[in-house]
Amino acid sequence: MLRSRVLANWSVRIGAGILALLVVVAIAAPWLGTVDPSLFDAGSRDLLPGATGEITTLEGETLRHRFLMGSDSFGRDIYSRVIYGTRVSLVVGVATALLALAFGILCGLGAGYLRRLDGPLMRFMDGVMAIPAILIAIALVALWRGSILTVVIAIAVPEIPRVTRLVRSLVLSIREEPYVEAAVALGTPTTKILFGHILPNCIAPLLVQGTFTCAFAILVEAILSFLGVGLPPDIPTWGNIMAEGRVQFVSYPHNVFFPGLFLAVTVLAVNILGDGLRDTLDPKLAKRV
Amino acid sequence: MSVLDASDLSIALPAGADRGQAVSKVSFGVGRGEILCLVGESGSGKSVIAQAVMGLLPKALPVAGGSIRLDGEELVGASDARLRQLRAQRMSMIFQEPMTALNPVMTCGEQIDEVLRYHTKLTPPERRVRTIAVLEEVALPDPQRMMASYPHQLSGGQRQRIMIAMALVLEPALLIADEPTTALDVTTQAQILNLILALQKKHGTGVLFITHDFGVVADIAHRVAVLRLGELVETGARDEVLRRPQHEYTRMLVRSVPGLAPKTRPRPREALADAPVVLETRALAKTYVSRGWLGAAREVRAAEDVTLELRRGQTLGIVGESGSGKSTVARCIVRLVDPSGGQVLLGGEDIARMPARALRPLRRKVQIVFQDPYRSLNPRRTVGEALIEGPLNYGVPRAEALQRARKLLELVRMDASAMERYPHQFSGGQRQRLCIARALAVEPELLIADEAVSALDVSVQAQVLQLLEEIRTRLELAMLFITHDLRVAAQVCDQVAVMSKGRVVEYGPAADVFLRPKHEYTRALFESAPGRRFDFGLAAST
Repeated sequence: MLRSRVLANWSVRIGAGILALLVVVAIAAPWLGTVDPSLFDAGSRDLLPGATGEITTLEGETLRHRFLMGSDSFGRDIYSRVIYGTRVSLVVGVATALLALAFGILCGLGAGYLRRLDGPLMRFMDGVMAIPAILIAIALVALWRGSILTVVIAIAVPEIPRVTRLVRSLVLSIREEPYVEAAVALGTPTTKILFGHILPNCIAPLLVQGTFTCAFAILVEAILSFLGVGLPPDIPTWGNIMAEGRVQFVSYPHNVFFPGLFLAVTVLAVNILGDGLRDTLDPKLAKRV
Repeated sequence: MSVLDASDLSIALPAGADRGQAVSKVSFGVGRGEILCLVGESGSGKSVIAQAVMGLLPKALPVAGGSIRLDGEELVGASDARLRQLRAQRMSMIFQEPMTALNPVMTCGEQIDEVLRYHTKLTPPERRVRTIAVLEEVALPDPQRMMASYPHQLSGGQRQRIMIAMALVLEPALLIADEPTTALDVTTQAQILNLILALQKKHGTGVLFITHDFGVVADIAHRVAVLRLGELVETGARDEVLRRPQHEYTRMLVRSVPGLAPKTRPRPREALADAPVVLETRALAKTYVSRGWLGAAREVRAAEDVTLELRRGQTLGIVGESGSGKSTVARCIVRLVDPSGGQVLLGGEDIARMPARALRPLRRKVQIVFQDPYRSLNPRRTVGEALIEGPLNYGVPRAEALQRARKLLELVRMDASAMERYPHQFSGGQRQRLCIARALAVEPELLIADEAVSALDVSVQAQVLQLLEEIRTRLELAMLFITHDLRVAAQVCDQVAVMSKGRVVEYGPAADVFLRPKHEYTRALFESAPGRRFDFGLAAST
């Protein structure tokens, strides 16, 4: 009943549809007329979208290649780089959301149900929340070397307090429900109450929160890469493609336009999906907003 | 001539609802100075009729046919502007929950003033005089202070008086009261009912009074209309309908209303006196302390010096109004909250301050059934899972637990197919049966029913009460029955403890407490019981 209602929602359909398409694109990147995104050719610098030029493979072979989205100042194929960049964005988005949810759920359950943990844990979370998310990310990436894992952790850490607060507030209201009290009276151990009774009833709002975290993470990854503190430049991401194209933006706007377009569409799709999920799974919230 | 005339009124339900129309072909009239009680169980469509009269129906429920006339003027299809004029001037309404019906950010004076400002040409000083006059009329002390008060600063009864003042300030011809006393305690309820009666007589207002409570009907109605699933089954003068109901459904409803006289029990009391003591509380106390960062801690004494004794096969009732501490006592005994003083002896063992680990094996002995059947079962678990949870906790093998669960379903008269289903597929009464089955699954010695039948319709309530009684006799359980409803207490309890402000003010055999109350609070409580002059229990037996 609930499932059919979720699937009947047009926001969910559109958001999930676009995301499914992006996932297919990310997986099928090598077969979509791309070349290795790190290949360059000095002869094909700054080509306009749709132009045909030459590109040299690692083996030294020279190929004729059509630059669908043009090329950058090194003569790299922007189309290939944007398509491969999809992989990074989606992986970072989903992994960050999962990581933030996992830790947020653990901390939130602890803070909401075990009263002794509540004060210290929440004050610590308040502290984390007071530091701007981007600053933490920059500091963490500067501390370790840039890799997908560092970026994911760097973006997830400032998100954890947000999830913790959400879970804690849900736990505080659900723990007063008579079915939880009945479980206590039946002698059900605390861990079973937390994971068997309370957590399953938090799923809907968490799913919604997860999608928003995912969209935010994709954006922040692009920002970090744009600032040069994200992934190393040999991994193409939408953020560092835009950063490299920024200098020539006036003469060659396509360097920034195409990755920007993909970024915007992806974030929009995730947000639309989140809105649809919120409307169908959490009708109370939808009415209030 | 009647003030309100509804004829062949039909109100549609959206497609996919459990029936075609919320209300179908209902006709009734409210005369000048008359109180018509619209009685029905939940889902009978009584509130929808009130909304239709006021022109407040949600868009999903349009009037499908018939007419509603107020003083001869057709309301169905009237323009919004006209309806707005009529509301407050010619008809007004009071609601069940006065806290949500009043605007929390406006003072009560402003809210009454607003009605006068939009509907009259009075000057501000005149409006002020009128406001004070109406507050005096609803017998609120210190009208000046009341006008400056915000709703949260008043008690429930005072808020309902403000609502009544707002409704009557323009002297409408028709007052619609939608369960106006359901959220109030009995003593407050009695006062509000008297107030409505007095004002209605003084102003000759026609009243459409919506209620589910036959006690209230007996106290206030001139005529009664009985609704069932959107259809009017019976209309007539109060005494006709209550004493000589014509329709089968009305008869069943009236029969289900428990009587106020305590039931004489077939069991010999001597045998009970020898039965082993299951539960004993000695000077049980619970004090809530709320501490701020700064400033003095605030103490709330929810229960104090509660000493009770309960033997096997016995039912002890705890009766009291909201805030009397009766639920706190129950929660202390189940150790859902930790008592702050005194002892809770369970089979001789004090569990009041026992650590959680040591307590776990003993939890089995005491089980509790709560008031709200819609929140008492985890919506994400099947009934089967809920029923085997307890036994699994105590090491019963899964197969055996499942078998026991099926037997329990039979005991509470539910089909075994319920095992695979989810709670939302059951009605309130069925869910309450499931909760009882879940409690019985761990074979407790003491069953606590915390307002367990208070949220149920009167016919379902009678069935669940009968089931509890049967189970108690069959399994020789001790039962602690917590209720605000004196009628229910009179039917099921051997012993009764009356609580007020956290203390037990009277405690003794049910017959003594009900027939010869000693404490003045107990007497006031009985005085306030709705419909006490109407012997429901006896009418039922004929």
